[in-house]
Amino acid sequence: MSKRPLPADLPLVYHAGAGIADIDCRPLPPYAPPTLAFLADLSRRLLADSACRTFPDIAAFGYWCRPANLVRLAAAAAGPQRRLGRGLALHIAPANVPVNFAFSLAFGMLAGNANIVRVPAAPKEQTLILCAALRELFAEPVHARLAAMNRVVGYPRDDAITAALSACCDARVLWGGDRTIAQLRQLPMPPRCVEIAFADRYSLCLLDAASVAASDAAALAKLAGDFYNDAYLLDQNACSSPHLVLWLGDEATAARAQARFWPALAEVVRDKYPLSAVQAVDKLSDLCRIALELPAAVASTRHGNAIYRIRLAALPPDIERVRGRHGLFLEYVSPDTNCLDAIVDEKTQTLTCYGVDREQLAQTIVDRGLRGIDRIVPVGRALDIGPVWDGYDVVGALSRIVATQ
Amino acid sequence: MTADDYLTELAQWLEIPPFALAAGDKTPRLAGALARLTQHHRRHCPAYARLLDIFGDDATAAAGLADIPFLPVRLFKEYELASVAPDQVFKTMTSSGTSGQAVSRIFLDRATAAGQSKVLARLMAELIGRQRLPMLIVDAPGVLKDRQRFSARGAAILGFSLFGRDLTYALDDDLQPDLPAIEAFLARHAGAPILVFGFTFLIWQHLYLGLRAKGRRLALDNALLLHGGGWKKLQEQAVGNAEFKAGLKAQTGIERVVNYYGMVEQTGSIYLECPAGHLHASLFSDVLIRSPADFSVLPAGQSGLIETLSVLPFSYPGHALLTEDLGVLLGEDDCPCGWRGKYFTVTGRAPSAELRGCSDVRANHE
Repeated sequence: MSKRPLPADLPLVYHAGAGIADIDCRPLPPYAPPTLAFLADLSRRLLADSACRTFPDIAAFGYWCRPANLVRLAAAAAGPQRRLGRGLALHIAPANVPVNFAFSLAFGMLAGNANIVRVPAAPKEQTLILCAALRELFAEPVHARLAAMNRVVGYPRDDAITAALSACCDARVLWGGDRTIAQLRQLPMPPRCVEIAFADRYSLCLLDAASVAASDAAALAKLAGDFYNDAYLLDQNACSSPHLVLWLGDEATAARAQARFWPALAEVVRDKYPLSAVQAVDKLSDLCRIALELPAAVASTRHGNAIYRIRLAALPPDIERVRGRHGLFLEYVSPDTNCLDAIVDEKTQTLTCYGVDREQLAQTIVDRGLRGIDRIVPVGRALDIGPVWDGYDVVGALSRIVATQ
Repeated sequence: MTADDYLTELAQWLEIPPFALAAGDKTPRLAGALARLTQHHRRHCPAYARLLDIFGDDATAAAGLADIPFLPVRLFKEYELASVAPDQVFKTMTSSGTSGQAVSRIFLDRATAAGQSKVLARLMAELIGRQRLPMLIVDAPGVLKDRQRFSARGAAILGFSLFGRDLTYALDDDLQPDLPAIEAFLARHAGAPILVFGFTFLIWQHLYLGLRAKGRRLALDNALLLHGGGWKKLQEQAVGNAEFKAGLKAQTGIERVVNYYGMVEQTGSIYLECPAGHLHASLFSDVLIRSPADFSVLPAGQSGLIETLSVLPFSYPGHALLTEDLGVLLGEDDCPCGWRGKYFTVTGRAPSAELRGCSDVRANHE
């Protein structure tokens, strides 16, 4: 065994599990029974915790790792080949989406790996709650194997520590903005190590104008609530939150659909979204910037400060550079989906849609050879993360195949 | 509107005492002047015209102060917005910013610069009369030489020094009280009225605390202290206006302490604190407190974002600006001090929000 041992003297804060020198790096097969049992217990514990009521993101994670969903994911991943975790996976979790570290850890576990997950030095409350649940489960004898394999650590931004850990891992999972990824990429990994980088992405929404115009009150309210969750829960800062709304249809139908959809959304936003004073100024400043820098913008409509809409007369190819915050959207009316060809590139991640045949659209993307759009999901599912994410089969990539001939 | 029209109109305004008009007389007058400025900037600043087009504001329909389209003040940090040709720019002012921060760039033609000086002089006359007073500047003489810091601080000192004579700096270049200079100044003007001017933070941190550390008390009982620049750093030390005044009285004997609220983007039409301790809009300016939820104008007593209006910006479209300061309107025309117009308090800078989401940049990664 030529792999370097893990350094014992790194200045790490252990949020879950203790010590990295003695971490058990013997892999398990993907979706192994001890892993499924551990995540099922984690789910039960989280869903029974009162923190779930305070933090919907913890509830969403707890719900995601419930047994029924894991069984479904295992069945979807099952194939004829024997697979095994790669060994030790190092995860650098993002700072601004607190529960993503837990998803990253769960993906690493499901793939059969030992995991070291780095969370920011100043962890969010959700991180601490999730780590407390992990610690309690690690202490149970029935979960001894998973406890021996997994650590959640905190340390300040320190390339020397990340480099020391990178030198020992078999897989590296990076989350962050493009500059963070570029910086972390400078740190070498062993030759066989694989890396998955979840970098900055861009997402958009496709609404069928006739479907929206024809929706009944209940369907419209649900659509507005779903769109709210996609866009506003993370202030449009999530990679999968939409910035551009494409209305599929003719101008007249689109106008009728817009006159129904946006006021319904504004009602939800006014009800649920606390816009701070600085965010209001940010939003007005963004509107001004877009007015001054985007010639394709022709008009804006403001629903109080709940929604800013900017109408486009054309779709510039670099439209992904124009991002909204706190509920600012560009919108464009198009008779067909051909307009996607001009704007979709490798940055484009999620297309949320309503009234659109998603299978047919996915086939269209394949047929046209588009360089982006990794996910086509109904409006409301933008933030639903899973082991197939950003176009990667994450569990597949974090495991290896033991082939026979 | 030409520069001559602007100056002619301003000359008429300068005939009126600046804190004398009640809302019924002032507001229509101000709204008319601001609407004309909106039209002027729309015609002469293409970027401003583009903003109004995208806003969808029909400026010709503007009826009241609340209808004047407003720009976020930070836009002047990101864009060069001017309503005069480059060859008409007589002076470019920049805001003070800590290193690495963007600074505002404000382009002044001769008419606007003259308007600023005249209005400031008119407001100062309300405080100190029309004569020039011996002036103690609570800053270091180096502030005007240091190109890095020569910005709002230097410009304000230069602007206010027009109302003083025997200009004397109270701090040395290490920002310590320059006691020999101060004492010589006081000896020259014993018993005479004196103007002391400086930035709020410097006065507290370097003059007041410096004197206290040295155990020295100054005899500035005849002085009027005018200070501005914001309370942010003092709020961090839990020093408010009352503590500020009490501390200075104890250490320097100063009874008349006047705070002002102003910004480089609307130089000249500053808001002065009255004897009742309230900031006042003058004839040349006004404030609106806007709700973050929808930018609707809030009534007295409710906290919101401060929008400042000024009749002075002619060479750049800065006559209606949304600040990032929070404030509360206290009333209009009925301040116990006797000055008419709106009076208000500034409660501080709107706190920045926590960043959520995964599309972070490196600076936000921690």
